[in-house]
Amino acid sequence: MSDFSGLASVGVSVPANTPAGAKTTTAPAGGGPRARRGRRFQAIRYAMLLLLGLFFLAPLFALLEFSTRGTGLTAPRTLDPWRRIVTDPDTISPILASLELAVLTSVLALALMVPTMAWVRLRLPGISRTVEFLCLLPLTIPAIVLVVGLFPVYSRVYRLLRTDSILTLFFAYVVLVLPYVYRSLDAGLRAIDIRTLSEAARSLGAGWPTVMVRIVVPNMTSAVLNSALLCVAIVMGEYTIASLFNYRNLQVAIQQLGLSDANMSMAISLASLMFAFVLLLLLSLVGRRRRRQGMA
Amino acid sequence: MPFLTYVGIFLIVPTVIVVIAAFLDGEGRPTLGNVAELREGYILRAFRNSIVVSATSALIGAVLGALLAYVVATGNPTGRLRRAVTSACGVLAQFGGVTLAFAFIATVGGQGLLTAAVQNALGTDISGNWLYEVKGLVLVYSYFQIPLMVLVFLPALDGIRPQWREAAESLGGSTWDYWRQVAVPILTPPFLGALLLLFANAFSAYATAAALISQGAPIVPLQIRTALTSEVLLGRENVGKALALGMIVIVAIVMTLNSLLQKRSSRWLQ
Repeated sequence: MSDFSGLASVGVSVPANTPAGAKTTTAPAGGGPRARRGRRFQAIRYAMLLLLGLFFLAPLFALLEFSTRGTGLTAPRTLDPWRRIVTDPDTISPILASLELAVLTSVLALALMVPTMAWVRLRLPGISRTVEFLCLLPLTIPAIVLVVGLFPVYSRVYRLLRTDSILTLFFAYVVLVLPYVYRSLDAGLRAIDIRTLSEAARSLGAGWPTVMVRIVVPNMTSAVLNSALLCVAIVMGEYTIASLFNYRNLQVAIQQLGLSDANMSMAISLASLMFAFVLLLLLSLVGRRRRRQGMA
Repeated sequence: MPFLTYVGIFLIVPTVIVVIAAFLDGEGRPTLGNVAELREGYILRAFRNSIVVSATSALIGAVLGALLAYVVATGNPTGRLRRAVTSACGVLAQFGGVTLAFAFIATVGGQGLLTAAVQNALGTDISGNWLYEVKGLVLVYSYFQIPLMVLVFLPALDGIRPQWREAAESLGGSTWDYWRQVAVPILTPPFLGALLLLFANAFSAYATAAALISQGAPIVPLQIRTALTSEVLLGRENVGKALALGMIVIVAIVMTLNSLLQKRSSRWLQ
């Protein structure tokens, strides 16, 4: 997740513009050449799905198998590595650090982006292309390149804040999540008539802060929730920046554990993965609800 | 505007620093030495390996991903299969990094599950160092490249109108004619665009490779790690920045081509 592998428009609903029922593959009854071809195609379909399914499931299953191995060749299955995750203080602190970073990043990213995007839409539509370009730029600049350039910036930040706590990482993380927050907020803003809403609120005497907090945000809760979940998923999976800045977040801890306690590192890998799966599943549920609301 | 200030400090400034410092020596004097260093054999090898890994994994991901997307697109548009595959791909395309590397070590590493199974059944050892080299990276990267391809390519396949096929058939064209003269020409630009996107995706990936390969630096991102973590050699402080500049240049070329292809494909596919 920390990788650049996030170009996909995860969390952004893809319009279902499939022509319904048009490309049916159910073979018509009878034994014509078309039906034979249909049946053969069905067989190939299932074979493809099966093979790819195996390719994607095998590593996950292997992770589970490895994490429940006992020490020694004939040792029975054990959940000991899983238990050690919560009892080992050495893993608790990076987990907490990553969680705190996740919260900080989501809050700052939303505080920065919601007013900016609402403002651009209302008052400065001329710079919307520039904002879009800037927000999507982190997808193009590899994280490792960003790290190289961030070193000098961070030495200033440390001096200014008089701290080099791991939590300072959230400055960089906000940049990493920018494209995802932008896309999901953009989809949210598209769905509401923000101009009418804000003019109505303004004519009733509301100031801009009130408009943001009481009008804009409540009207796009699912987009805001979407962004926050994505932020958490990305920050919990971040490795590149933390490891090169010599901080110990969750992923760095997993990687270090791999050298000393393989079974436990496999267990915590799977745990962090399942956490991300649940987050992204929640995300697709939020998306589906939004789509259904949009249709109603 | 706070947004522009923030993005300026934490996104634009770092990028500009990379570009400028790539042409500065240790004392801040302008030099071409860092960039000239890129001609060294080990760095050229790293760039070649990076390109090979990215191109191979992009090709594998694009072909298998396109096939999977086709299977999904020809199925029921509101069916369970489509929902399951798109959700799974959304999750798996994001799944890179340390955990992915460990999952593959648990599968085909020295003590991996599959390694043990094959050892028992056939008596051959499939593990070995290949997982921690270029070949291994291609395999592991495919794991997030295939789902990414499905996500990127599915909308293009959905844009193919069934009327086009009917039109081809009513004009007496065979299935082969339809594919050769209608579907393939329309799908080629989005396919190539997705291929480039996958290339950039693999080219920029760092965490997966870093977790898998702890010794040596066969690809460029890992060369940057070496440059950053061992900045002891005098006068070579900025070689890392020159490497980073090289990466920016390659990714920028790839993404520019990608956006050109996107313009081209939007002519037929909405």
